[in-house]
Amino acid sequence: MTGAAHLDDIRDPLIIAEGWKSDGRGVAIATVVETWGSAPRPAGSHLVVDDEGNFHGSVSGGCVEGAVVTEAIDVIGSGKPRILEFGVADETAWRVGLSCGGRIRVYVERLG
Amino acid sequence: MESGLLNAVNDERRARRAVVVVKDLEDGSARLVRETEELGGELGEAVAKAFRTGNSGLVEAGGRSVFLNAYLPQPRLVVIGAVHISQALAPMARIAGYPIELIDPRTAFASADRFPDVELHADWPETVLAKRPLDAYSALAAVTHDPKIDDYALKAALDAGCFYVGALGSRKTHAKRVERLLALGATTAQVERIAAPIGLDIGASSPAEIAVSILAQIVRAFRSRGAGSDRLPKGEAA
Repeated sequence: MTGAAHLDDIRDPLIIAEGWKSDGRGVAIATVVETWGSAPRPAGSHLVVDDEGNFHGSVSGGCVEGAVVTEAIDVIGSGKPRILEFGVADETAWRVGLSCGGRIRVYVERLG
Repeated sequence: MESGLLNAVNDERRARRAVVVVKDLEDGSARLVRETEELGGELGEAVAKAFRTGNSGLVEAGGRSVFLNAYLPQPRLVVIGAVHISQALAPMARIAGYPIELIDPRTAFASADRFPDVELHADWPETVLAKRPLDAYSALAAVTHDPKIDDYALKAALDAGCFYVGALGSRKTHAKRVERLLALGATTAQVERIAAPIGLDIGASSPAEIAVSILAQIVRAFRSRGAGSDRLPKGEAA
């Protein structure tokens, strides 16, 4: 057995992103870059998205992934990275939010 | 991120080597840093800390805000001895994110019947560890009480710089073990890293309770890697 067996190829988002890219799909990588208060996933966590909206990994406990996937598909199209910020559900800012009361910033970029 | 960088990051991770990706969020540029590289300066300090703790985050360096994404290998837990304690430790450790690899040449102990769903090697540690070497992101717990089985693995774990090395046995048993390991060429500093008697002192009595104390000690050792010169909190069990 090799060391590769220690990476969970089925669930590891970066391994999945690599596979998708080599299949010729458009891919975006979303990364939690900053958290405040009670955030479900630490900085460095990844969600990867393909151009059909398939995704793996997480940037929260499932609270904001839907919104990140939508933004990621735009980023795959434009190639321009974006920084998204999510806080407590707040109509004036975002339609979705974190029920835990924390805030996170997520960097979304296209895999070139 | 460029595909080439992602492939390089994944290659390092597959090889169980730690990497940090330094990313400038303003211009999108990124570079990969290996643990062996000395960067120096503010950035170097921050990168060293990211390697030590495994924590990612934004840092200020050279007047710019950069994001450090740390990727540490998943900890491996190698247990020598398919004994009663190991039967309790295996499912607990898997849940905690430290899937175990169990080694015991005694086939009566190392049976799939006793250890369902566990990576089991009914062979000598010398043979198994030659194929799957230990590294700094491995923990080794030797729980057979049998020098013929435990000693080689303990010496290999110390030489590989495992983040945790623990050995079951009384203080008296351990004193004799230390003598044997020194005779095998281990240094005094190395043998002092062994957590023995094994496990945190929580008054554990049953095999399952001892398994809890061992697992807790392993988690503490992993989360305090590189904290001070004494990288391994020493054993403190009764």
